[in-house]
Amino acid sequence: MASYTYAVARPFDPNQAAGLVGVDGAAIHLVRHQDLVAVVSPLAPADADEAALRARLQTLAELEAIARAHHRVVAAVAACTPTLPFRLATVHRTDDRVARLLRREYRRFRETLERLAGRVEVGVKIYVQHEGASAGAMSVAEKTGGSGSARVGRDYMRYRREQRDRRQYAWRCATTAAEQIDAVLAGLAVDRRQHRTQSAALSAAPGENVFNAAYLVDAGRAEELAARARRLGAENPDVTLEVTGPWPAYSFAGSEERT
Amino acid sequence: MSPAALPAQEIALVDLLDRLLAGGIVLTGDVTLAIADIDMVQISLRALITSLGRTAQSGAAEQDE
Repeated sequence: MASYTYAVARPFDPNQAAGLVGVDGAAIHLVRHQDLVAVVSPLAPADADEAALRARLQTLAELEAIARAHHRVVAAVAACTPTLPFRLATVHRTDDRVARLLRREYRRFRETLERLAGRVEVGVKIYVQHEGASAGAMSVAEKTGGSGSARVGRDYMRYRREQRDRRQYAWRCATTAAEQIDAVLAGLAVDRRQHRTQSAALSAAPGENVFNAAYLVDAGRAEELAARARRLGAENPDVTLEVTGPWPAYSFAGSEERT
Repeated sequence: MSPAALPAQEIALVDLLDRLLAGGIVLTGDVTLAIADIDMVQISLRALITSLGRTAQSGAAEQDE
């Protein structure tokens, strides 16, 4: 059996993770090295080679199932002990390989766990609203189709130009607001990372995502940062703001060169 | 003290993928088959967009009728 690896953590009482299952419903177990454990679950060899796993992850339903299983395990472990999440779909050939990794990266894992201990990440996304943009365009288009005169055509082009200018203006206002909000939140956080903005097609939220970041905070201050973010969002008419988390410190587990 | 108080409601997949694909330790070397590289992100998000696009289209078609 191959070993799907979720995280490296400080040792914890295995009873706290009793019954916890990971990818494909497999029970998790721990691989130990000194004062570190790796949290793993067995993965059928047929699923463990790169091509097979890659193929699975290209199916949305499979991607979602694996992502949720991964997160379930990481969140459960992070609830009881300092935890260093691994990226989705990190698979070792055997538990022995996992143990070797713990030995080889022992110092780096220790240092990162120390930095993340007692801390969580809070996600903040900022959107710009393009109010009635598509609905307005549609109604004018309908009118154009009705009469077909050059006059209406010119009106329509002017309307589209104004609409584009309004969107650009709204975008500039929103990015400026996002920079200001980010500056305040960064001041409350230990560290911050900026994620790619989410495409409108992916996001269920109305509006367009102009800013997407994660803040690392002491767990006790997560609610304070979240409340502050919500307040700043509510006070600013140019944007809507969404807070997610608290999350295990996914965005802060990587090595420095990736930031 | 810990993220134990994660909200019970279903987390949006797109938010989860932000973290699981862009975050976490990335390993290289012969001990791992760490495949969640940048290509992976693009492939996955393309799958997600395609799938959501289909859903949105079928929803719109229903409204038109």
